[in-house]
Amino acid sequence: MKFAILVFPGAGCDVDLFHAVKNVLGYEAEYVWHTESGLERFDAVLIPTGATYGDYLRPGALAKSSQIIDSLKAFANSGKPVLGVGNGFQILAEIGLLPGAFLRNKGLKFRSGNTKIVVDNTNTQFTADYQKGQELTIPFAHEFGNYYVDEDTVAELKQTDRIVFTYADGNSDGSTASIAGVVNEQGNVLGMMPLPERAVEEIIGGTDGLPLFNSILKNWSENNVCHA
Amino acid sequence: MTKVNVHVTLRESVVDPQGIATKEALQTMGYNEVENVRIGKLIELELTGSASEIDARVKEMCDKLLVNKVIEDYRYEIGEVAGK
Repeated sequence: MKFAILVFPGAGCDVDLFHAVKNVLGYEAEYVWHTESGLERFDAVLIPTGATYGDYLRPGALAKSSQIIDSLKAFANSGKPVLGVGNGFQILAEIGLLPGAFLRNKGLKFRSGNTKIVVDNTNTQFTADYQKGQELTIPFAHEFGNYYVDEDTVAELKQTDRIVFTYADGNSDGSTASIAGVVNEQGNVLGMMPLPERAVEEIIGGTDGLPLFNSILKNWSENNVCHA
Repeated sequence: MTKVNVHVTLRESVVDPQGIATKEALQTMGYNEVENVRIGKLIELELTGSASEIDARVKEMCDKLLVNKVIEDYRYEIGEVAGK
């Protein structure tokens, strides 16, 4: 299984995802610069966190003008898995692959550390290896982590079981309905503000992020066996 | 050359923590008449092109990039830039 890691100017945390996939999980990973096009040769696309384009205008907004976006949309529409973490989630929302938008944290400050989140939906290709209701400790680092969706959209997300993770420790940044991660309608695009790639080794503080990557791998292997 | 000022404001349904903090600061300074503060942004565009095109083009720019309509509203004014 081969992972693409999209790199936009200012992304910064592409290396964390690369390390998690290549060195910890032992799978193929390749950086894809934002001026490239064509992602067909990959089995999954990961969009890292950071501050692409300096977070100018709105976080994730200026990435809309990048060449790679059309390929990313085509890739997502083909049903293959796309994971955006932190700023990657903000990009997915800005380009319309996921609902909602991001506001400055309720407390107006950049915050980072560990957060506790609950797995609300294990029926996705990103969370099959977790238990429903399981509480995870995952690092986060954001100033615009205040996820906003309007009332109608929250109702729809709940009804269609698309809220994958919610904050379990007070939702300090003010996200609507304590949402920490959502999937698209087809279930193959996940955006989350906590950073699972920073929780894949005991030596860096925990491994609660590992099952997420293992879920993607397992789902891919099952599908590939079926096709063989 | 035409100048367009795009005013971007947060939608009414969106809580504006910066506005609330600023309102509280103003009240602390004695401006107790202040009941609400909302903070938006002003985007100044300088454009070439005919007046008839500009309106549609600016609207498109707002919808495609400058404004996120999930959280923001906008309005704009079109004017000439003197001396250019």
